[in-house]
Parts: sequence; C-alpha cells; structure tokens
Amino acid sequence: MADFSFPLLSATAVVPAVGAVATAAVPAAKRTAAKWLALLFSLATLVLALVIAVRFDPGAKGPFQLTESHAWIADFGVRYELGVDGIAVALIALTALLIPFVILAGWHDADALEKDATKRWRPTQGFFALILAVEAMVVISFEATDVFLFYIFFEAMLIPMYFLIGGFGDRAGVDDATEGAARRSSAAVKFLLYNLAGGLIMLAAVIGLYAVTADQLGTGTFSLQQIVQARAAGDLTMGTGIERLLFLGFFFAFAVKAPLWPLHTWLPGAMGESTAPVAVLITAVVDKVGTFAMLRFCLQLFPEASKWATPVVLVLALISILYGALLAVAQKDIKRLVAYASISHFGFIILGVFAMTSQGQSGATLYMVNHGISTAALMLVAGFLITRRGSRLIADYGGVQKVAPVLAGTFLIGGLATLSLPGLAPFVSEFLVLVGTFSRYPVLGIIATVGIVLAALYVLVLYQRTMTGPVRAEVRAMPDLKARELVVVAPLIALLLFLGVYPKPLTNLVNPAVDHTLSVVDQQDPKPDVRVNAVPGEAGTDRDAEAAK
Amino acid sequence: MNPINYLYLAALLFTIGAAGVLIRRNAIVLFMCVELMLNACNLAFVAFSRLHGNLDGQIIAFFTMVVAAAEVVVGLAIIVTIFRTRHTASVDDASLMKL
Amino acid sequence: MESLIALLVGAPLVGAAVLLCGGKRLDRAGHWLGTLLAVVSFVIGLVLFANMLGRGAEDRALHQHLFSWIPVGGFQADIAFQLDQLSMTFVLLITGVGSLIHIYSIGYMEHDERRRRFFGYLNLFLAAMLLLVLADNYLLLYVGWEGVGLASYLLIGFWQHKPSAATAAKKAFLVNRVGDMGLSIAIMLMFTTFGTFAFGPVLGAAGETSEGKLTAIGLMLLLAACGKSAQVPLQSWLGDAMEGPTPVSALIHAATMVTAGVYLITRSGAIFDAAPDAQTAVVAVGAVTLLFGAIVGCAKDDIKKALAGSTMSQIGYMILAAGLGPIGYAFAIMHLVTHGFFKAGLFLGAGSVMHGMNDEVDMRRYGGLRKHMPVTFVTFGLGYLAIIGFPGLSGFFSKDKIIEAAFASGGTQGWILGAATLLGAGITAFYMTRVMLMTFFGEERWRKAPTPSPDQPSVEPAAETRGEYEPPHPHESPKSMTIPMIVLAFGSVFAGGLFSINEAFVHWLEPVTSFKHGHAPVSALAVTASTIVVLVIGVGIAWLMYGRKPVPALAPRGSFLTRAARRDLLQDDFNHVVLVRGGEELTRALVRIDDAVVDGAVNGTAVSVGGLSGRLRRLQTGYVRSYALQMLGGAAVLVFATLLMRGV
Repeated sequence: MADFSFPLLSATAVVPAVGAVATAAVPAAKRTAAKWLALLFSLATLVLALVIAVRFDPGAKGPFQLTESHAWIADFGVRYELGVDGIAVALIALTALLIPFVILAGWHDADALEKDATKRWRPTQGFFALILAVEAMVVISFEATDVFLFYIFFEAMLIPMYFLIGGFGDRAGVDDATEGAARRSSAAVKFLLYNLAGGLIMLAAVIGLYAVTADQLGTGTFSLQQIVQARAAGDLTMGTGIERLLFLGFFFAFAVKAPLWPLHTWLPGAMGESTAPVAVLITAVVDKVGTFAMLRFCLQLFPEASKWATPVVLVLALISILYGALLAVAQKDIKRLVAYASISHFGFIILGVFAMTSQGQSGATLYMVNHGISTAALMLVAGFLITRRGSRLIADYGGVQKVAPVLAGTFLIGGLATLSLPGLAPFVSEFLVLVGTFSRYPVLGIIATVGIVLAALYVLVLYQRTMTGPVRAEVRAMPDLKARELVVVAPLIALLLFLGVYPKPLTNLVNPAVDHTLSVVDQQDPKPDVRVNAVPGEAGTDRDAEAAK
Repeated sequence: MNPINYLYLAALLFTIGAAGVLIRRNAIVLFMCVELMLNACNLAFVAFSRLHGNLDGQIIAFFTMVVAAAEVVVGLAIIVTIFRTRHTASVDDASLMKL
Repeated sequence: MESLIALLVGAPLVGAAVLLCGGKRLDRAGHWLGTLLAVVSFVIGLVLFANMLGRGAEDRALHQHLFSWIPVGGFQADIAFQLDQLSMTFVLLITGVGSLIHIYSIGYMEHDERRRRFFGYLNLFLAAMLLLVLADNYLLLYVGWEGVGLASYLLIGFWQHKPSAATAAKKAFLVNRVGDMGLSIAIMLMFTTFGTFAFGPVLGAAGETSEGKLTAIGLMLLLAACGKSAQVPLQSWLGDAMEGPTPVSALIHAATMVTAGVYLITRSGAIFDAAPDAQTAVVAVGAVTLLFGAIVGCAKDDIKKALAGSTMSQIGYMILAAGLGPIGYAFAIMHLVTHGFFKAGLFLGAGSVMHGMNDEVDMRRYGGLRKHMPVTFVTFGLGYLAIIGFPGLSGFFSKDKIIEAAFASGGTQGWILGAATLLGAGITAFYMTRVMLMTFFGEERWRKAPTPSPDQPSVEPAAETRGEYEPPHPHESPKSMTIPMIVLAFGSVFAGGLFSINEAFVHWLEPVTSFKHGHAPVSALAVTASTIVVLVIGVGIAWLMYGRKPVPALAPRGSFLTRAARRDLLQDDFNHVVLVRGGEELTRALVRIDDAVVDGAVNGTAVSVGGLSGRLRRLQTGYVRSYALQMLGGAAVLVFATLLMRGV
C-alpha cells in the first residue's frame, strides 16, 4: 500500500478547484446545470475525503501519512509538502461533508441576482464556483505541512470569501437596497482587512522563521516536520525572545481567524450580512483553519512559547466563552445570535487546545467537527426560516411551531446541539474540553462550566421567541420544510445523534495525533490522586478486545 | 584645461535647468529646461569619463541621449495634445489629476 | 438476562423515535403504540425483578457493557448498565407508574390534535429516566439526567401556544442547567481524583482520598440534586412547571423525575458517608425545603400548584433522610416509592377534576364535587390520607420512619431535624385537608359566576359580566382515566404496609445502600404518637378554617406570610430583580461595550488611518512644479545624506 503513489491529498484539493473553474465556465443560460455540476464536484470531493479517511491508519507510526513532497521554490526552501494526521483527516472530512449541504441549502441564493445577469456576469455560476474555490483552499490548508504553502492558501481563501460575503449577501429584511449593499460591503471589507492584517503579521513571522532556520540549519526551510525534528535533535534552538515573537505573529493570525476575543468583531457582521449557507461556510469551515493551525503550527513549531503564552490565551478563551454567550443572549438578529454563540464555542475550542491535556485537545478537535455540524444544522434551518419570512429579526417571528412543526423540530434539535445536550455530538466534545481543562486548571474549568448555563439561555430564548407563543399573522402561511431542505437537515441531525452516541471512530482517529502533539510540546496528563483499578473485569476485557480490533 | 571646470559648468547648467523647471510655467520652456538638466548630466558624465580615463561615462551619455530623444517624442506629443485641447501650454492649468 | 437491560431502555426509545419521526400517519395509532411500549418496558422490568429475586442478596446486581463510548487517554466513558436493587426499585416505579399514566393520558389527551407527539415525549421521558437509573457511571447518568430535563422541557411547554407554558418550560430547563453544572463539576472532580467516574471504582475508593475533595464532590452532587428535585435554592421552577398537562405533572413532576436527586444522593452514599460536612448541607437543604414547600402549599389556590408545593416538601423529606446516611437511605427510597403512588394518584385526581370542570384549576371555583365525581373523590381521598400519614396507610409508614431517623441522627441536630419533620407533617396535614375540603366538600361555588378579581380584571370574559355565565357540568372521567387512579390508590393504601413487614424493603436495599438502625433519643412509640397528634392538629385547624366556614370566592388578602407564600416566598421576585433584570442590564452593557470599545478600537483604527491619509492627500497639489520641487528636495537630501555617511 505504501508505494501506491496516487496523490490522494492533492487530488482532494484539485477536484473542487477544477470544479470551481468548470462551474464558472458554464454558459449563462444553463444555470441549473451549473448548480448540479457544483454539487457533483463537491460530492466527488466527499468521496475522496472518505477514501482518505479509510486509507489513513491511526495506528501507524510517524506524525503524517499519505505524504507528498515536491520541490517548489528551491531558492527559498519552499516545498510542496502535503501530509495528514488524524486531526487533519477529521477536518477534511468535515469540510468535504459540509460543502454539498452548503450548496444544496444555497440552491436558490443567487437566483435573486439573476435579474442583473449578463453574458459575462453570471451570478449563479459565480456563487457556486466561489464556494468550491473556498473548499479547495481550505482542504489544502488542512493538508499543507509546509508553512509557506499553508500561508498562501490561508490568505488566498479570503478572496473568494470576500466576494461571497459582499457580492451574495443576505437580502432578507433589507428595505433599502443601497443601504443593504453598503452594510454588506462594509462587512465584507471588515472581514477582509481584519484577516489580512492578521495574515500580514503572520507573513512577517513566516519570514522570521525562515531566517532563523537559515541561520541555524544552513539552509532555510518551511517544512514543519524538518523543523520539529531539528528541534528534537537539538540542531535548532530558537532564542526565547525570538520564539515568543514568532509565536505571537502566528497566533495573532489564527486568533483573528478563529476568532478569539477581542479580535472577534468581524464575525457577527460577516455572518449577519451573508446568506445562511455562506455563514456556515465562514464559521463551520473557514474558521476551523484558525483553530486547526493553532494545534498544528503554533504548538508544534513553538512549544516553549506556547507554554509561555498559555495563561493569557486561556483567560482570553474563557472571556470568549462567557462574553460570546452573554452577547448572544442580547442579540435581536437570529444570525448574529448564532455568530456570537460561535464565538463562545471557539472559546471552548481554544481552551481545549491550550489546556495541553489529551482530553482537552481531543475534545477541541472533536469540538471543531461537532461545532461544524451543529452550527450548520442550526444556521441552515435558520436560513430556511429567514427566507420564508424575509426577516432576520427574532421579534418578527412567533408561533412558527404551530404552522411548520418539522422546521421547528429541526431548529430545536440544532439548538439543543448548540447547547450541548448529552446524547448529541457536541456534548462529548464540550465535556472533554471541560474535563481536560479542569484536570489542569480547576478554577478555569469551573468558570467555563458557567458557559453551559448561558448556552441554554440563548438557545431557549431564541426558540421561545421564534417558535412558540400565539401564531403571528405574518407567519401563518409559512410552508413547512420542503424535500430539498429535509435532505440538507436530516443527515446533519442523524450525524449529530450518531456522533453523540458513538464518537469512537473520531476519537480513534484523533487520539494518536493529539498524543503526538502533546509529546512535541512535552506535556503529560495530570495523574489522578487515587489510583483505582479502573474498570471491573468484564468491562475491561471488552475494551481490550475492541482495542485489539 | 582642467576637466574639473567642465564639472563646474555642468553644475551651473543643471542649476539653471532646475530653476527653470521650478519657476517657468510654459510647458515648452519647462521641457527645454529638463533637456538642459539632462545635458548638464551628460557633460558631467563625459567629464568624469575623461577624469577617470575610462569609457563608462561616455557610454552612459549615449544612453541618456537615446532616452532623452524618446522622452522628447512622447513629451512633445503630450504638450501638443494639451495645447490643442486647452489652447494654452501653461502647466499650472493641467492640474486635473489631483484629488 | 443482562441483555434485557438494554431492551428496557430501548423499548420506549424506539417508541419515541417512531412517534416523533413517524408523521401524521401514526396519529390514530400513536397513543396505543406509546402505551404498549411503556407496558413492554414494565413487563421486562417484572421479568428482571423475578429473576433478581431468584438470586442471593449479594449477587443480585447485573452488569451489561454495551460499548466504549468516549475513550480519550485516561478518560474512559462506557455505555454500560448496572441493575441492582436500587435501580430495580426505580425501574419498577418508573415503568409501572409510567404505564398507568400512559393509559390515563389516552383519555386525558383525547381531544388534543398533537396527542401522538405527547406520547412520543412521554416515551422519550421513560427512556431517559430509565437510562438515568440504570447507568453504571456518572457520565451516562448525566445523559439520562439531561434527557429527562429535555423531556420535561418539551412536556411542560407542550401547549406552546400559551406564552406562560413556553416560559415555564424554559425556566425549568434553565434552573435545571444550573444544577447540571454541579453534576458536571462533580464528575470532573471525580475524574481528577479517582481517574474514573464509574460507580463501582469511585464509590469503592471513596475512603482513600481527602475529606475536602469528597466534601466538594458531595456539595456539587447536592447542587445537581437541588436543581432536579426542586430543592431550595433551585426550587422555583416546579410551581411554574404545572403549566404542563396534568399527566406530565403526575409522572415527571411528582412521581419520578423530581426524585432523581434523591436517587443521586443515595447512589453516591459512600461519598456522603465519608464527607460529614456535605451531609450536613444535604439535611439542611432537605429540612428547609420541606418547610418551604409546605408553607407554599398552604397558600396556593391553584390545585396543581398546591400539590407542587407538597411535592417539593415531600422530596425535602427524602433528601433529608438521604442526608442522614445509612440510617436514612432506605427510608428515603421507601418514601420515594410510596410518594410515587400517592402523589401520582393525587395529581391524576386533580387532572380528573379539571377534566370535569373545563380545565378550571382555581380551588375557590370548586366545592362539593364528591357527589359528582365519586371515583375521583375516593381515590383522591385515599391519596390524601396516605400523604398526611394516616395510620395504616403508605405515607404513615414511610414518613414516620423518616421522622424517627431524623431524631436518631443525634445531638442538637437530631432535635432540630426531628422538630422540623414533625412540624412539616403538621403543615402537610393542614394544606392537604385544605385542598380536600375546598375541592370536594362545602358549597358548590362553581354554580355561581366568578366574582371579578380586583387584581386581574382583564381575565374575566365579557360574557360573564353580562350575566350569561354557564356553569361547568362536573362529571366522572372515562375508564381509561379512573382505572389508573384506582390502581394508584391501592398502592397508596397498601405499599407502605407491605414494605414494612419484617422491614422487607430495608433488607431488600441493604446490599446497595447499607443500613444501620438509628438510636433515637425518644422511643419510636413516642415519635409515632406525636406524629399523630401533630396530624390531628393540622387537620383540625384546616377544618376550622375551611370546613366550618364557607370558602370565600375571592382569596382574602391574608397576612404577610400568606401573601409571600402565594408568591413562592418571594423567590421569583428575587430571581426577577437580581438575575433577570441584572442579567438584562449586563448583556445590554456588554453589547454597548462590544460596539463602542472592542469594535470601536477596530473602527477607530480604520477611521484614524483614513484621517491621516486625508491629511497626506493635501500634499498632492496637482502643480507639476511643486512635484518637481519635492523631487529636487528629495534628491538633495539623498545627496547630503550620502555625503554625510561618507564623511563618517
């Protein structure tokens, strides 16, 4: 198997890229064909992602598998290096899984723009091509093990995202077209500039990294593996000050993308002004690159600086959790509410990453996946709701449950997943993060637990105000979910239930990668005070038997 | 004669040219002043060539002449166009590019 | 046998899934399917029970390991069940009472267009509650714990079109979440202390760690129990929860779910036994709540809310007993079971009354119903006698034992707790007699049009002010409703006596909860005698106030205490002012801060960059000569700089 040289990882990124070009090239008259083409390519990517997941062997030695390595810009030591660990596999699978749903949910999002269409300006083709372009760039960011390669796509994905937010924004509830356009473009510009600023600081750090490696190893390199190995072998020793500066440069970019308080203010605007599928793309897919990169690059490239920064990062994460949740409670706009809820959830993810325990980091990775699925479910149903009523304001709804029970039911399940109800997938990850944090920092763990009460508050208030109570006249004629919409929501809900009850496929995938990360950072899980014979006999043998399989 | 004097002459010519560019408004005169500055430089180059005893300065002087000729072609064309549309060759009137 | 345990949970779970996803096709058969699966679960429970009785006392516990759930490093959570005597007791109570209430609901919910969904939720509740009592580790228990919370949320808010129901449901879930926070912190503490959170290892090793840690775990478990079991200070949701359909109040908010806190504390007995401070907190909470609930119960005119106050108070008894340690655990559970019978019966009776009275809940609009609803009157009456502890009925045996155990806990604490439980018994007798008299005896107040209340003039329908009042026609409920009431009445009468033959119940639970005879400073006979005296006093006062005199149609203003008790002893007002208002202010302030400070810093940067470039723009005059001058200046500066550098 090992000499099988089909470049699987490249293919997974190339397929959506080709799909983007192909979709963009569809003639103006054949809009529907463009939609189907985009869906087809996203499904092909999903198949490839599943092949990656199957061929990936969690038990194998070495941090990365399915690696590809080619010289690229030899003069600067830049290589085209791809490789995945369990964390990356999980996130690639998440991305590939969500994009078909995003495309299906956004099936009619570009239709409103078709009235201005010309032979050259083809909104439908553009919309779906941009989505596929984002997918390609996100996938390759998850795969890249060369810092420079990663950086390029980390930044490049801003371009299609910018157009998706600014060009295809949400027109619901906008009375004044010019004002709406102004709000959209200001949200898009804020998104772009914010992330660009983060990216440029990171660029300086990337160059600094090159300078350090060139200085100490003779030839400069951006290869993650090479740098980690050189550190382990003692060939590369960064000065404390330099390491911290470089860490901060990287971390700033990822914290903007993630987003971490106080660098979060672009997210509510961007999510509020874009259509629901694009909002899902932002929070469930693109932002994951930020938290993922903290785990892969910040911790592994700069282990000492990461430990140095841990207290501050943990406090910021904690603030994010509580602050995001409290602001979510006060929101009047459904999508902005979900955006602030996401900020709270990203706080949990970052908390888990920097707790530096296996539970925390496995939990954080699971959290990335589960948050992707649960937010997609909640946001997409919210999108269906908003499209029906033409308003984003919570106050414009009431009693929807009576007229559209299936819509309300799926909305509730999405909400319950968001508040991490046990039995649904997010509970597993949230509890792991809390336990992981608590075992090292009990006080922080306890404060973070307050977040689960606040989550219940914003979700239930949202549900109560939109779905229950007397039926408002404006929603009386609201149709229930249609077949296409059910196809979008049902699998997501099934997945939430499945991963809530049986998350083992994911944990099996993620655990070895997390152990590797922790060994690079040189951290061990705290030991319990009392050693207990962990499990009674029969349960223990069962587990051993399962592990042997 | 001491080649240094040529340098003094070049400096003098350059100053005259620069002052002309700064003071005069007529585009044609301005243009001639620019040419004066270029030629002052040429003179300096040739003088240096002589001083140092190699041909580098003279070669650069040729380059300068070629560039100056090209510049005259483009520049005069622009000035003629401006004069045609505005009936004046004053550079101060052509300030539409500012914000 | 072990494989049946999963089926026990599985049957209602399948029911919930089918009923909730099945769509309208199932509308006609849904309630039968739901009831059938509840009964199936009960039958499986009986089979397991018979099987368990066939084995020796010490090896009755069954384990079933399904699969490894969350394995991460040292954190190993399993989906695994444990069925021992304690779980068995709960299984039979839950499925038994659950089945009866399913049957009752067939009649009660007959005219509701969403009946299928109601049964789906009920099945979901059964599954979650069974998971809660069958889990073999705390994390899985937590799943059941929140699962019943979800079912409770859905059922309280079942009539979602009523804003009050939706609000009550939300409140119940939120208050419970505060308790859940306690449970999750307790689990985290167990993990860091013991490296596991399975019952066996944790409880087995409880003695090996410091008392401080155990106290912390115990207090967190107590917080969880307070949330779920509506104990002070997290009791405020239970009264509002009565917005749900009455069968829900009977099953979830009387017989089963609200007793989960007692289960949790009893289950974690080993931890509490080693942490006396935590135990003190438990008995304190129990004692305060049993009085609190009883006082609230005295003042409510809404029959369901009066019963809710009573539930709170009775669970206070159980919590108190559980806090007493090995001398109390068995009695806590015994009272829990008998309470399950008589309180479910009382609620079903209240539901039956409402069914016949056009959903009127105000007891001041009842009166003299015994002639119109004989079956309801008899079953309700037996439940009433059981709850006040009439000698020979269930409540007498279980409550008396708790009072004895309270005295036996020793020292001053024993006297205080004993006095509190005795006082509680007296108040119980008072408020239950009040409910009984106002509902079934006296003048038939519903025949007259309601007097407009000065407080809420708006709620009076216009028809009545014009004198077109049509009184309700009280009638006995259909068989599907009365049969469960009769069965529960039997339980209310005989369960306590049966359990007490040779201390059968205590010995049944002994392997799980351990048991010690308490040594009361007063003789058991004296305790029993004083209980009866207190009971008679309570009934007597109620008779004087509500039996001899006609009940006014409008509630008198009453003393300060009465008014406070009507408002749940001002707890909601406190919550409203401090938590709701405070929270609103906080979030509003944060929104302003987010806009002005955090985002303001970002926007400010953007604006100042814009301003700076505006200034710099002025340099571009458009005059060629000024550009030329700048170039000359720049060149000159460069030349001088070069010369200077050379010079240095």
